[in-house]
Amino acid sequence: MLDRHMISRRRVLAYLVAAPTLTMVVKTIDDFGYGIGLVAPEPAGASPGVANVVDLTDALTLAALPTAYLLKVEVTANDRVVVHVPRAEVGQGITTAMGIIAAEELDARLDAVDVVLDDARPELLWNQLTGGSNSVHSLYTPMRTVAAAARARLVTAAAQRFGVAASTLTTRNSVVFAPDGRSATFGSLSAAAAQVAVPAVPATPKTVDRFTRIGQPTTRLDARDIVTGKATYALDLPVAGAPTVVARPPTIGGSVRAVDDAAARAMPGVLGIARIPTGVAVAATTFDQALAARDALVITWDAGPNAGLSDAQIRVKLEAAAAPFLVPPLGVLAVDRTFNFSFAPHAPLEVLTCVADVRADRAEIWFGAKSPIIAGQRVADAVGLPADKVTLHVVRAGGSFGHRLFFEPAIEAAQVSKALNRPIKLMWTRNDDMRHGRMRPASHHKVRATHLLGNVLTYEHRHATLPVDFSHGLGEALSGVGFDILHAGATQTVFQLTQTVPDNFGVATQLLSDVPLAFPTGSWRSIYSGQTSTVNEIMVDEIARAMRVDPLAFRRQKLSSSRTKAVLDKVAAAGQWGRSMPAGTAQGIAIHEEYKSVVAYLVEIDCRDRANPRVTKGVCAVDVGRAINPRGLEAQMQGVLVDGLSMTLQAGLHIDNGAVREGSYSDYRFARMANSPRQVDVYVMPPTGEPGGAGELGFPAAAAAVANAYARATGTTPFSFPIAG
Amino acid sequence: MPTFTFTLNGATTTVAAAGDEPLLWVLRDLLGVTGPKYGCGVGVCKACTSHLDGAAFNPCVTPVSACAGRQVTTIEGLANGDTLHPVQQAWIDEDVAQCGFCQPGQIMAAAALLAANPNPTDADIDALENVCRCGTYVRIRKAIHRAAT
Ligand code: FES
Ligand code: FES
Repeated sequence: MLDRHMISRRRVLAYLVAAPTLTMVVKTIDDFGYGIGLVAPEPAGASPGVANVVDLTDALTLAALPTAYLLKVEVTANDRVVVHVPRAEVGQGITTAMGIIAAEELDARLDAVDVVLDDARPELLWNQLTGGSNSVHSLYTPMRTVAAAARARLVTAAAQRFGVAASTLTTRNSVVFAPDGRSATFGSLSAAAAQVAVPAVPATPKTVDRFTRIGQPTTRLDARDIVTGKATYALDLPVAGAPTVVARPPTIGGSVRAVDDAAARAMPGVLGIARIPTGVAVAATTFDQALAARDALVITWDAGPNAGLSDAQIRVKLEAAAAPFLVPPLGVLAVDRTFNFSFAPHAPLEVLTCVADVRADRAEIWFGAKSPIIAGQRVADAVGLPADKVTLHVVRAGGSFGHRLFFEPAIEAAQVSKALNRPIKLMWTRNDDMRHGRMRPASHHKVRATHLLGNVLTYEHRHATLPVDFSHGLGEALSGVGFDILHAGATQTVFQLTQTVPDNFGVATQLLSDVPLAFPTGSWRSIYSGQTSTVNEIMVDEIARAMRVDPLAFRRQKLSSSRTKAVLDKVAAAGQWGRSMPAGTAQGIAIHEEYKSVVAYLVEIDCRDRANPRVTKGVCAVDVGRAINPRGLEAQMQGVLVDGLSMTLQAGLHIDNGAVREGSYSDYRFARMANSPRQVDVYVMPPTGEPGGAGELGFPAAAAAVANAYARATGTTPFSFPIAG
Repeated sequence: MPTFTFTLNGATTTVAAAGDEPLLWVLRDLLGVTGPKYGCGVGVCKACTSHLDGAAFNPCVTPVSACAGRQVTTIEGLANGDTLHPVQQAWIDEDVAQCGFCQPGQIMAAAALLAANPNPTDADIDALENVCRCGTYVRIRKAIHRAAT
């Protein structure tokens, strides 16, 4: 439980850096000390749950204890504003959001802003993690502060040049204007501004009523680079490196017993073959040559710990592990349901890739890392270098959904580069990515709700799954605010921090049971919420059905948050909830609250072809407190609906004897155009406060709305996902 | 090693490679043309989609020998100098991209569709098979309709 008194205000302080042109940094300092205020939640977790008091957004944000600077803003002599951000860009639009905030507070032209992703910066300790939909929330105030401080110095420098009072000057489009019509560009003022120790105008950020950019729909800053093919991902970088692939075991967790590489070595283009802990690596002149030589390796494998395990046995273990209910069933007044979810890959379109150049005394790594500090440290360990001899460049990545919190490719690439004594470009094939990449673990859920006279008296949700691996540093971030993760375990901590029942459902308990099996797991868009909250929202419909009440009316009655009711009402009105529809088609509705944000989805589904149900329309309303870029927010909400419908209807993995059956998008049936709604309307609610998170927010509501629509269209509630099996 | 000559984004290009080497790796590893992306290598994700004599094709499953004497256009060659192709402009106007990784292939597929069918219906657009893991389909659809008008 949390001692509220220990949550103190953050102080955000901007500093001028000694440099030839204006350079400013910002630090955040929390008033509370290290390691106090929060203790591990009670395993028994009583309602309302820890998450109502402090959710993961708070934990990640409060972890920003004073370390080194967080953000840096430079104004160059040629009139560019260069913003350095310690985060990864994986498509979520963080670079555009940061550029908008900087341009807002500087009054700079948006097209004059360059957003640069920082290399791994170990001095940030734990504040370089891109996860938990936390980036905008945690960087909003620091970015405003540092940009406003830079603007104040540019204005002061202009006042000195013009010989007028600084308070008479105005700024617009990267130019400072004097009342008499004189003007000076930011670039021309930068050197003088770098000498301004104390600005002559307040360095405080704007009041929100003066925003002209924040909240305006804005196209991605990198849109032109993307459509012209100029946007570069790790394997596109103009860095020398031999194309490299790795022969991997047929089973998850298998290993090499013996290898005969004589034939492979004689193949055209082969530059080197190296055995590494995860398999046998082949470097060649082209990837095609590397793949051909990989296939010529003769390897005897040890099957590893999962050899006999298939979905059915895993399901039995999960069912056995789910904690018992405490409340006895009350006959017709109990709604008992069980749910199952398959394993799911992140399957970002860019497979895992990494460029590594390991020398005797140093290493350089190019990797789309969401946790670059620990990635760099683990690379250093793997190749026997001091941590400060490893430079890890964070590069643009083609999607993540949680996949890039981990860094196995960086370790492998470094091992191969060291072994072959040459720079290499490692690519996991799509098969590798799907069959050996980390996954959202399968889960089993049992839920019991008891009700009387229209009131839900008790609500018990038991979630059994494989332990989600948080060893990339989330646990470190949590320990930064005082969680004793050894007490209850990182999975329990994250589960209790993030999982709430948003409805007034009497005594509500949600318990997590971990079944330790040796599968590579990792956070998947919205972590536990993708299963737990999805189940809860399907259960809301089930309970409403048992009570014979409309699911929208029932939600309105049971929800306590006015923000959530507002988004629900918005989609119900905009989507014409309850309109008459042909048999076999229906609407579904669901909500989610997390990351200090709320969202509702209303979807329409056509199940007249039972084998190929299609979501035909989506309506979403979202309140993230304050949207920096409503156009980017809309994109996230549209995209996550495709994620939600894929996972609910048709896309999942199967485990056969310790191996993943699916190998590519042919059998892993993520939605394509023909499976996607032709219309998705997103309503961004007016600002209600500070910015919350968005990237993961929509998933549970989208997935559940699709399931609820399917149930209403077919008369059959789905209990196993994906529905297609 | 045999050599193959084809027109690549308007320029005559000769490359030494095994005849069965897929064009994707010839482009990326030998010629440094990295716009076409690898997403599967077996013709199912369509991330590598480019044009062969103006029609959409997948270089990951097309041997370089099959391209000899023909016109290969990748995303890098779609614009006319600084003037974007209408599909590229529509993609910016609709702010289609998220991670962007699928988008070179999506744009090349859409451009080929519009070249063959200047006013595609929604059902025609449904036939596009390119995977977008970020789920940008609804904006792709709008951008194609915009480019068609
Ligand atoms: S890489 Fe060519 S279709 Fe997937
Ligand atoms: S934009 Fe990321 S895969 Fe399409």
